[in-house]
Amino acid sequence: MSAFLALLARDAHVARRNFVPLMLQTMLQPMLFVFVFGQVMTRSGMMTPGYEDFLLPGIMAITMMMTGIQAVAMPLISEFQFTKEIEDRLLAPVNIQWLAVEKIVAGMLQTAVAGCVVAPAAYLLISGGAGASLKRPVEAVVMALLVALLSSAVGLLMGCSVGQTQIGLLFSLVLAPMIMFGCAYYPWSALASFPIVQKLVLLNPLVYASEGLRGVLTPHVEHMPVWVVMLVLALMDALIVAAGLNQFMKKAVG
Amino acid sequence: MAAGAGIRTVNLCKVYTSPPPAASGAATLTLGPQRGPGLRNKKVEIQALAGLSLEVRPGEIFGLLGPNGAGKSTTAGILTTRIRPTSGEAWVGDYEVWRDQVKAKRLIGVVQQRPNLDFSLTAREILQFHAAYFGIGKAERNKLSSELLERFQLTDRADELVRGYSGGMMQRVAIARAMMHHPRVLFLDEPSTGLDPQTRLLLWEIIREYNAEGTTILLTTHNMEEADALCGRIAIIDHGKMIALGTPAELKASIPGGYLLRARLSLGADEAAGRLRNEAGVSEVQVTGGRLDIYADRGGALVGLLVSAASACGAELLDLEISEPSLENLFLHHTGRSLRQ
Repeated sequence: MSAFLALLARDAHVARRNFVPLMLQTMLQPMLFVFVFGQVMTRSGMMTPGYEDFLLPGIMAITMMMTGIQAVAMPLISEFQFTKEIEDRLLAPVNIQWLAVEKIVAGMLQTAVAGCVVAPAAYLLISGGAGASLKRPVEAVVMALLVALLSSAVGLLMGCSVGQTQIGLLFSLVLAPMIMFGCAYYPWSALASFPIVQKLVLLNPLVYASEGLRGVLTPHVEHMPVWVVMLVLALMDALIVAAGLNQFMKKAVG
Repeated sequence: MAAGAGIRTVNLCKVYTSPPPAASGAATLTLGPQRGPGLRNKKVEIQALAGLSLEVRPGEIFGLLGPNGAGKSTTAGILTTRIRPTSGEAWVGDYEVWRDQVKAKRLIGVVQQRPNLDFSLTAREILQFHAAYFGIGKAERNKLSSELLERFQLTDRADELVRGYSGGMMQRVAIARAMMHHPRVLFLDEPSTGLDPQTRLLLWEIIREYNAEGTTILLTTHNMEEADALCGRIAIIDHGKMIALGTPAELKASIPGGYLLRARLSLGADEAAGRLRNEAGVSEVQVTGGRLDIYADRGGALVGLLVSAASACGAELLDLEISEPSLENLFLHHTGRSLRQ
């Protein structure tokens, strides 16, 4: 247990040291989106009022997913490959699965911090706060935890599956489509005119993060039923954590 | 200080089916048997260890000597939980490493061939976090890290990120880190690679001191000088098998004759070899191509004989090298190859 906490303390220490660039990396893009789509487009009348209500939870979903993925995957990719930095922690006197679990927990904590920073900022930037409310605090917390776990687990899986030379591909081939087809900038129901796409995006974890956060933050807009989203998120979490741990073990032991 | 623990491997085998991890340093292994062409998945199999059994006594400095790809790093990797053996057993102290991983990890300190420092941290933090992973309390880790930084002459730059360190400094941090939790067995994989001569001597001194406190040390190296200077006993391995074992003195004494003369003749090497074999004090003559390897009980004193043997065959002596009894010669004797190849 003390080793586990020490591993976590190490990640917290490094995250604190890199706090400013880390925050810029996670915050800037969603803030720009919020400004352009939530202010410029709506005030100029190019978007109908009320669009912000779809946008705010979507932006939160993207921020949380990307934070978790980047916080876990990027260090893992470099630590496992070129620098082999992770060796020291693999030699710590704990079962090495715990190191993977520690990475997930650290990723969730970072995701939570990012969520806590981006939510009020986006709320203030968007005119009228997008009608967001916290009338269902318990559901919101559960949903946020499920999304945080999902993002860190996806990060673990990617971090142990992708080589250092493929990081560029990861962004253009995986993360970009994931974001565009993640129902973050539009609700899932908006895809009704593209039935095949609408079915395919159901494989995209970000869809559930966006729809789920809509369900708990802006329940008045169209969204998937909250309980369905929670169930699917729980299943995806379990599956991806298992796959990530498996991949981690393969990567960690020669 | 806890007494050192022993190491034992029983019939250890490792076959890589994918390229060996960089950590094993075994990238230049020879290819083992490939699967038949009838199979669709034609995989390259690399036999890194072919039944290696070793016994290292508690408290000794034991050297694994061999060329690149001999299986040294794979052996160290298996004993340090980093590489899973294909078959066989690996024991550190009372624990079989792959059954009691966590307990085994508590006993060992590891210095890898390539510095694998945590680049997000300073040298001091690296030592302190390492100790924290092993459950060492804050006051003690602060004290220990300061002591080790001083001992390794790193105090001046201890609070800089190690990213900017030179190779030799990184290696020193890696060694200090491995000592932070008082391991009972210290694994040093090619520890002096990339060190300047001065730092190498410092390292040797520290290794001897550390061993004098009782810690068992397993050292892998392809540097005979290092093995000779440090190790109580040495195992010479090649192609994943042990080919000789003993103290440096015993091993050197086991080379027939002790001295080695390597000569190259323009022609008639076989005939010259035949003549030389009958000379007193010559224990063995090997011929490869035009080259003669003469093992004998004396060195320079044989040159005259060699020259006359050559001229008797109408040959010219093109090249001659005389070496004193050394582990290099021993390796050459057993494998026909030089350690440095």
